[in-house]
Amino acid sequence: MTQQFYVSPEQLMKDRADFARKGIARGRSVVVISCADGIALIAENPSPSLHKIGEIYDKIAFAAVGKYNEFESLRQAGVRYADVRGYSYDREDVTARGLASVYAQSLGAVFTAEQKPFEVELAVAEVGPAQEQDHLYRLTFDGSIADENGFVVMGGLADQISDVVRGAWESELTLAGAMRLALRALAADKEVEALPATAVEAAVLYRASESHRGSRRAFRRLLPEDMTRLLNEEA
Amino acid sequence: MQDPSNGPLATQATSSFTEHLQRSRPELLPFSQALPAGTVPSSPHATTIVALTFAGGVLMAGDRRATMGNVIASRHIEKVFPADEFSVLGIAGTAGLAIDITRLFQVELEHYEKIEGTLLSLVGKANRLGAMIRGNLPMAMQGMAVIPLFAGFDHVSGVGRLFSYDVTGGRYEEQEHHSVGSGSVFARGALKKLWRPNLSEEDAVAVAVEALYDAADDDSATGGPDPVRQLWPVVYTVNRAGNRRIPERDLAAIAGAIVESRAIAGREA
Repeated sequence: MTQQFYVSPEQLMKDRADFARKGIARGRSVVVISCADGIALIAENPSPSLHKIGEIYDKIAFAAVGKYNEFESLRQAGVRYADVRGYSYDREDVTARGLASVYAQSLGAVFTAEQKPFEVELAVAEVGPAQEQDHLYRLTFDGSIADENGFVVMGGLADQISDVVRGAWESELTLAGAMRLALRALAADKEVEALPATAVEAAVLYRASESHRGSRRAFRRLLPEDMTRLLNEEA
Repeated sequence: MQDPSNGPLATQATSSFTEHLQRSRPELLPFSQALPAGTVPSSPHATTIVALTFAGGVLMAGDRRATMGNVIASRHIEKVFPADEFSVLGIAGTAGLAIDITRLFQVELEHYEKIEGTLLSLVGKANRLGAMIRGNLPMAMQGMAVIPLFAGFDHVSGVGRLFSYDVTGGRYEEQEHHSVGSGSVFARGALKKLWRPNLSEEDAVAVAVEALYDAADDDSATGGPDPVRQLWPVVYTVNRAGNRRIPERDLAAIAGAIVESRAIAGREA
């Protein structure tokens, strides 16, 4: 017969949190930077098809680190949530705040109730008409939600990378400037000065996409050749 | 939001927005209601849509009138919509349902693109629209039919293609040009005389506007160009670069030229 041992709730939560943290720390990092031209999302990701960054809605994007199957199911659930909401109310009524709070509830419920917590960390970004109206939310495995200012760094080397980004981030950064900063920051633990454009997955949420790009969908994935062109343009 | 940790993944894994709604929010679908017996009060009907191919693409145009019996319900209604970047659809039939089906179809295509990370093929899009029209069959049997016309650019073959539908959701690929709605008989007659292979985009717009002019001439439910209110047909073109709405200014000039040429001819149309 098995004996049920008493485990204090504090210990139980701590064990779960440590488990999730370990899983996330193994992963490669993601940087989300708000800049003058919009919001840049860059992930160190050698795969060109298994994305860590995705489009959720017109002005909202998603970035994640951790276990692919877990954050991919969260991404798809986010797209469903946004599309149902936009379809039943109006496209304007889909906000990053609403989405982030639903994510927080899901993550929190899984953290306390399920066998194992999600080993993921998410960022939800919404580009506004002006930079002051940009929203960046960071969500952790236990359902905590934080409203970040200017940039979000997640993943294994988050502390090292954020130090680099914090040192150089300014609100007037151009898109190319933000990309360059992210490539430099993601190389924090490596021999090289900056990662090459082929080693990352990049996307952008363009500001004022209606007037500049003729589409209300602000999200655009940048292929390695787009990145190279962008980085050379203003070099 | 679905809790992703719940249940086997297979039951949730759908890239179709319509399927998702059917499972979780069926009341949001435009065609899921079971109607009680009786006749439906008259409601606005959208009328004529024309579509034609031209060199390197396809075009769709619709007049601006909706009718309710003998009354003009709207002079401003728009019945041609971009479905996604590379396709457009026009609708004839019960306006309220048709506009909701259009909205559902637009979300369906965008949803697939976001979930799968790639665009549906043109025929795939056409089939999805057919499934929605079939879903609307019970409503059609109550007299609330919706008949769309679908057109898009096929990146594989590099040409613009046209699809028409019947009320049961049957999908038929059309060649050269097609028209649906109450004025379609007259518009088709005009298209047969005006359409030629390898039209330029500008000429194609003029042909579409003239076909709608002829439809409005003989069909009371189709609106002609309205210089008093400055209302012109809604015209979209689709080519390799995506869809584009023809600006009002260009349409005003084209419609003006047609009216003028007919007036000079001074004949019984």
